[in-house]
Amino acid sequence: MKSKRFEALAARPVNQDGYVQEWPEVGLIAMNSPFDPKPSIKIEGGKIVEMDGKTRADFDMLDTFIADHAIRLGNAEKAMAMDSLEIARKIVDINVSRDEILDITLSVTPAKLTEIVGKLTIVEIMMGMTKMRARLMPANQCHVTNVKDNPIQIAADAAEAAVRGFAEMETTVGIARYAPFNAMALFVGAQAGRPGIMTQCALEEATELQLGMRGFTTYAETISVYGTEPVFMDGDDTPYSKAFLASCYASRGLKMRFTSGTGSEVQMGYAEGKSMLYLEARCLAVTKGAGVQGTQNGSVSCVGVPAGVPGGIRAIAAENLIAMLLDLESTTSNDQTFTHSDLRRVARSVPQLFSGTDYICSGYSATPNYDNMFAGSNWDADDYDDWNIIQRDMRIDGGLQPVKEDDVIKARNKAARALQGMFRELGLPPITDEEVEAATYARGSQDMPDRNVNEDLKAIEAMMARKVTGVDFVKALDKAGFPDVAQNIYNMLRQKVAGDYLHTASIFDKDFHVYSGVNAPNDYHGPMTGYQLSEERWEQIKNIPNAIRPEDI
Amino acid sequence: MNFDENMLRSVIEEVLKEMGSASTAPAAKAAAPSASTLSAGEMSLADTGEAAKGVAPDEVVIGLAPAFGVYQHETIIHQPHSKVLREIIAGIEEEGMKWRLIRVFRTSDVSFIAHDAAEYSGSGIGIGIQSKGTTVIHQKDLPPLSNLELFSQAPLIEMDTFRQIGKNAAKYAKGEAPTPVTVRNDQMARPTYQAIAALLHIKETEHCDRNKKPQAVTVSFK
Repeated sequence: MKSKRFEALAARPVNQDGYVQEWPEVGLIAMNSPFDPKPSIKIEGGKIVEMDGKTRADFDMLDTFIADHAIRLGNAEKAMAMDSLEIARKIVDINVSRDEILDITLSVTPAKLTEIVGKLTIVEIMMGMTKMRARLMPANQCHVTNVKDNPIQIAADAAEAAVRGFAEMETTVGIARYAPFNAMALFVGAQAGRPGIMTQCALEEATELQLGMRGFTTYAETISVYGTEPVFMDGDDTPYSKAFLASCYASRGLKMRFTSGTGSEVQMGYAEGKSMLYLEARCLAVTKGAGVQGTQNGSVSCVGVPAGVPGGIRAIAAENLIAMLLDLESTTSNDQTFTHSDLRRVARSVPQLFSGTDYICSGYSATPNYDNMFAGSNWDADDYDDWNIIQRDMRIDGGLQPVKEDDVIKARNKAARALQGMFRELGLPPITDEEVEAATYARGSQDMPDRNVNEDLKAIEAMMARKVTGVDFVKALDKAGFPDVAQNIYNMLRQKVAGDYLHTASIFDKDFHVYSGVNAPNDYHGPMTGYQLSEERWEQIKNIPNAIRPEDI
Repeated sequence: MNFDENMLRSVIEEVLKEMGSASTAPAAKAAAPSASTLSAGEMSLADTGEAAKGVAPDEVVIGLAPAFGVYQHETIIHQPHSKVLREIIAGIEEEGMKWRLIRVFRTSDVSFIAHDAAEYSGSGIGIGIQSKGTTVIHQKDLPPLSNLELFSQAPLIEMDTFRQIGKNAAKYAKGEAPTPVTVRNDQMARPTYQAIAALLHIKETEHCDRNKKPQAVTVSFK
């Protein structure tokens, strides 16, 4: 006989997910592994000669890079001598300031950071996030992609996402050669929706840099680092080559962050017997050592690995906290699909959403997941109202707000028309009125007419060959009768010269003012401090259109 | 086009007849995998020493990951390695091309395995396959991390896809430009399989030997 209850449970979405037991010897363990190195440091003649149980002679290239560039030596011996439990307690102590914590955590080794956060429960990790996040106010980032690489839809979806509140937007491609159109469409759509949104296009690294330099994008994020030497070398890379790439972006005034996450090393079979969290701590130290302002971490595309082992989702929150303890902009994943279960996917996002991070999702799918070209996100366009109502339930700011249908339709239409005009002025394959109309009302690419892909690809090749840049977008938009969108694009390009948005954890408001960890630092130190919802913002969040007004009855 | 067993057998016989005894590929001693004599799930693989670089322009080399068919016997969705290999081989033979097996030990990365196979292949076309089923068609002049075709989601690769992979590899080897094999995409593959994939890959990587050159492999299907 079979139990009917067990039969029902077996059919639940949560039981379609894959789980594995821990295997610490090969690194298939989220955190607190008995094989993680014990923290140690020895400094001689202003140089680290021993770190985390290894002498300099035994350092691999990551150890050398971290020892030489990532750790503040002045306070290092003192900080390393402190009990990890004491440091963990300081993190949750409202009487110890963020700056005091940074004095310690910027002076310790990866093994020490791992040990410190290993002492915290998930609630204490959230408390740590609330205090240690760099920027005062949280924000959110979205993905804008579709399976057809349809640029009109990208522009319209970006405009809608702008109205809904996202501060950053990321696209990528199905067909690599479509990248310039996707990047342009995202740029125009975002600026048509709300001035001051940063946009990027995730690509192979050289192409991504080129698009940034030519003014098709305003930041970059998909610069990956790894926690063991063999995985780095599998990608023909070193911490030094990544640091060099970072400096290329900086030299052109482009914001960028690295990306890393638990599970990548074990996924590639080279975890060297260390826990996922320890290896991620090394990645973050490499990021800090490279002088990069921030990171996208939280397992990201490897999320199925930590999510499959015990304590894995706690480890993901812990790795976000380590990024904050290194004073990095913290862009906290909550992106890739990792479960069939709606309950699990909400629980996974609670730490970052409730505590608030610099970018809670990286990103939230601004399309239905069938159009998400990052293999699906933990949150998608069909979840917009759930997100908004969770914000309203908990009185939190998750970076979004309820919107009116009319406003969304207007924004989508304007973005599609602006792109239509820009394409015309740039001599690109025409965007028809039918396409504009479809994009205005579409839910996803299933509602979009097909474009002539070969014509588009040919036009892209010719456009790139004639060295079109962001300045040409400005001219074309102005000529096409969209001077305000042209002005916004121009203003964004100008930011690369000003460079203020290269500071840690930057966002722009609609007037192009930068808010970052420098001019808007997180000063949380207990109840009624730090970021507080303004009355105006709370009105925006709580006024969902479908709530009945008592006076109407 | 669909092949039933009889049709497949006649195609293979025809191909074999055409090839006659001219087949000089040292490792292809195995009986042609005629569908009639094979029971699924049964195969034995033997290393026969260092593989030679091929010169025959009509061969495709299949590079096996370190554990394939020896320490692991099925893909992540429980497709027997014997059937997988048979399908790939049949796909190559359907196009009238020869095949040869090598096992790559220096890495478990499927891109590099496929690239090694391509470098050992007289035609410059190789296929790399991991135990969990992840497969790449490669060409020796491409950078290792690029590829002709990549089948990155092992849980979505069915038997007919393996056949198509063999066919397309053979077509590239003939200098044709085939339409890439259609790949399925399912965002729910990750939640179900990613952690298990990590486990299988670790078990594959344990059998790597950075200093061991690719070995020639013979196969007999039982």
